[in-house]
Amino acid sequence: MFDPKGFFWFFGVIAMVSALLCITRRSPIASALWLVVTLFSIAALFVLLDAQFIAVLQVLVYAGAIMVLFLFVIMLLNLGRPGPSDIKGPLGLGVAVLLGAAMLFLLKPLGSATLPTAIQLPAGSVAALQQQRGIVGSVANPLFDAYLIPFEIASVLLLAAIVGAVVLAKRKL
Amino acid sequence: MTGTPVDLIWLAPALALLGFVLNGTLALTRPNTKTLVSVIGAGVLLAAFAVAVVVFSNFRSLHPEDPVIYRYWSWIPVGTLQVDFAFQVDQLSLVMLLIVTGVGSLIHLFSIGYMKEDPGYARYFAYLNLFVFFMLVLVLGASFPVMFVGWEGVGLCSYLLIGFWFTDAANATAGRKAFIMNRIGDFGFMVAMFMIFWSMGSLDFATVFEHAPTALAPGGAAITAITLFLFLGCTGKSAQIPLYTWLPDAMAGPTPVSALIHAATMVTAGVYLVARCNLLFAMAPVSSAVVAGVGALTALFAATIALKQWDIKRVLAYSTVSQLGYMFLAVGTGAMTAGIFHLATHAFFKALLFLGSGSVIFAMHRAYHHTHVHEDAQDMRNMGGLARYMPWTAALMWIATLAIAGLPPLAGFFSKDEILTAAHARGHVQAIWLVFWGFGLVTALLTAFYMTRLMLYTFHGPNRTGEAERPHLHEAPWIMTGPLAVLGLLTLLGGLLNVPELYRGSAWLHHWLEPVTAPGAALIPDVHLSRSSEWLLVGIAVLTAVVGVVGAWRLLKPAELVPAKQAPEERGFARILRHKWYVDEIYDALFVRPLMWLSREILWKRVDQQAIDGAAVNGAARGARALGWANRWLQTGQVGTYVAVFVVGVLLLLWRALG
Amino acid sequence: MLLSPALAISAVLFTLGVAGVLFRRNAIVIFMCVELMLNAVNLTFVALAQVIGVGGQVFVLFVMAVAAAEAAVGLSIILAVYRHKQSVSLQNMNLLKDG
Repeated sequence: MFDPKGFFWFFGVIAMVSALLCITRRSPIASALWLVVTLFSIAALFVLLDAQFIAVLQVLVYAGAIMVLFLFVIMLLNLGRPGPSDIKGPLGLGVAVLLGAAMLFLLKPLGSATLPTAIQLPAGSVAALQQQRGIVGSVANPLFDAYLIPFEIASVLLLAAIVGAVVLAKRKL
Repeated sequence: MTGTPVDLIWLAPALALLGFVLNGTLALTRPNTKTLVSVIGAGVLLAAFAVAVVVFSNFRSLHPEDPVIYRYWSWIPVGTLQVDFAFQVDQLSLVMLLIVTGVGSLIHLFSIGYMKEDPGYARYFAYLNLFVFFMLVLVLGASFPVMFVGWEGVGLCSYLLIGFWFTDAANATAGRKAFIMNRIGDFGFMVAMFMIFWSMGSLDFATVFEHAPTALAPGGAAITAITLFLFLGCTGKSAQIPLYTWLPDAMAGPTPVSALIHAATMVTAGVYLVARCNLLFAMAPVSSAVVAGVGALTALFAATIALKQWDIKRVLAYSTVSQLGYMFLAVGTGAMTAGIFHLATHAFFKALLFLGSGSVIFAMHRAYHHTHVHEDAQDMRNMGGLARYMPWTAALMWIATLAIAGLPPLAGFFSKDEILTAAHARGHVQAIWLVFWGFGLVTALLTAFYMTRLMLYTFHGPNRTGEAERPHLHEAPWIMTGPLAVLGLLTLLGGLLNVPELYRGSAWLHHWLEPVTAPGAALIPDVHLSRSSEWLLVGIAVLTAVVGVVGAWRLLKPAELVPAKQAPEERGFARILRHKWYVDEIYDALFVRPLMWLSREILWKRVDQQAIDGAAVNGAARGARALGWANRWLQTGQVGTYVAVFVVGVLLLLWRALG
Repeated sequence: MLLSPALAISAVLFTLGVAGVLFRRNAIVIFMCVELMLNAVNLTFVALAQVIGVGGQVFVLFVMAVAAAEAAVGLSIILAVYRHKQSVSLQNMNLLKDG
């Protein structure tokens, strides 16, 4: 029988381990590749959380476009060659571990958080909506209805980012 | 509101203010306009005079017992202190109104000729109009604060006009001296106002004079203090001992200014104040004695100094101080009418004398200007024999001289004689007044002497101006001699205002002012001299004047005088008089130097430089720098450090939000 | 219910991202750590979307748009800095520091 919880933890552990490897690898390229693994695992988690469309976008946009951009820049700047470690010394490491531990401790209640029943939907209602509207339609409907204006603003933001990136990256206009 | 043309009273000060605004604008925008400025400057004054005449003639037919009060707006409403901006029209303020606008108009006309060549022509007339405005506020104000506005305003204009030629440091210093001396007096005025409000709860003249007899014990400490502080204000404004020294220095201003402000109008404000508050002074016999005593002493003291001055305007300045002393002797004695009468006649003949001297200086200056010689155009030793070149001025000034000496039937004779008679009469009750009368008599002798001396040295004997300059000495233009002639006429006939009953006159001014002076007069012992003793007093006074004039004529030899440059220094007592009893030097040593030392050594070098500049100002800068030095360790410039601090902040927020 | 495991995993991922930002010097790696944190947040959005409504999924779309814009501009900045300094180490980006 299909066990969503088991699968969920499986991919969750992959995501966490690869994230840890991502931040600890000396080579930026290794870090980037481990991050790709993390992103794929998160995409799998999205699927298990009834967000198949978001999962596809995650693979396309994040693991695909954005990470390729990262790798592209790393290679453009020729940072892949072995060099002095960019990991901070014991002091920086200590601060990072201390603050990370504190944050984890503070975020721990999230793991056992329960939502008030008043705002919860009946179990399986998102799946039912996807049955009715289709997987893409269930996301697209609010996007082009209630969230239309933020959507348009996001397009303006992307345009600005394109122009900004071109201006910054060009040596001479 | 009376429904008669008296209601137009606001027009008089408003016209003067309008003149100031227009001329002030012209002075700022088109400083070279002369014709328009003259028309505005003199025009508004003549119009104001016309208003004054209309108001006066209508008021005369009403002749109410109580003053007519016009409340224009509520000015200072603070709790129980309610001061309206209000004008008060009564017999006394109308007399002052007529003098200010009438003599003021003549002096404005004279100024057109006198200031013709001056680059600051528009500015001059703007100041002059402003002065008239404030003077009218002073005499028309219906309460102490409104009067004080005028009082301060005329002081300001006086300062501006004394220092009119401010590029010369001496003139600017003279202006400052006048201003500071007046501040001391104003302090007295303000303290008096505070005490009046404290004891009577009001500052309106009408209310104060109504409540004073019940609120204050006659002769008590409170009323004595109030009146003495008021009189301190008067000594500043009206140049009495001990604050008189600014007035002779004030002659640094243009001569018409000396005539208008420092002889005819502003300096008489103190006399007006005492006359206005005659009830208060009558309730305080000690203060009255102080007023009369200071007046008599000032009269004598200033007259002695005038004996040995060579600057023609300074002689007249000390003469003004001396005559103001007479007026204070009168009002201190309780003879308010005599004081105001002398104020009026003095305005006529002293304005005439000043304008005449202005005419002389104008001629002298022009002559020196022709030959490009830098001699003192005001020193009498450089004059002599001017009667041949300017007969009109000489004749008119002789009239004024005989008037101030007190020869009948000129204006000064009646007023001065009235003062001396009143002092003598009071002496029958309180012996000290006989001493004051003696002072007054000696002053009359000296007055006749120094005025004759001035005329002799200026207009008679050989001319000492210089060969080259002599052909350029001419009579002044008609715009200047015209006002002189009018003032001469007033000097001749001014006595008719108040011909006493002794000569079968009607004593018009006395009856006219009765509604104002009656409350005070009721409290003062009324002494009636017999007809024979009055005649005797008149005889003594006239004899004194004649002795003075003839004595000066006989004793002084204008032919022996030498021009200022070759003159030897005086010796002995004459030297003391020449140096004005060294009063300026004494004040300098007693007050000015210690104050300067305190300011320089303690306030400047210690308090300002070390405490304020060192500890406070630079200390603050050093503190800020130290703080920045301490804080810059937080700003490492390393993004990593910032991120760590940022994360700590986020954690703290999380802790607050989730914990 | 997958809500609790999802939130726990996202908390761990977020903390890892923060730690990475704190102990790396390479600007590009730090950038990747930021992306990791964004993804951790996305995970919570999607997890809550399953319980509360699809609005959370829509929000993930916006986060992706912003992340894409940020990546484009941020990498351009790194490129420009590299041209100037021949380095992408944050240690060398201390022009603000006096001296």
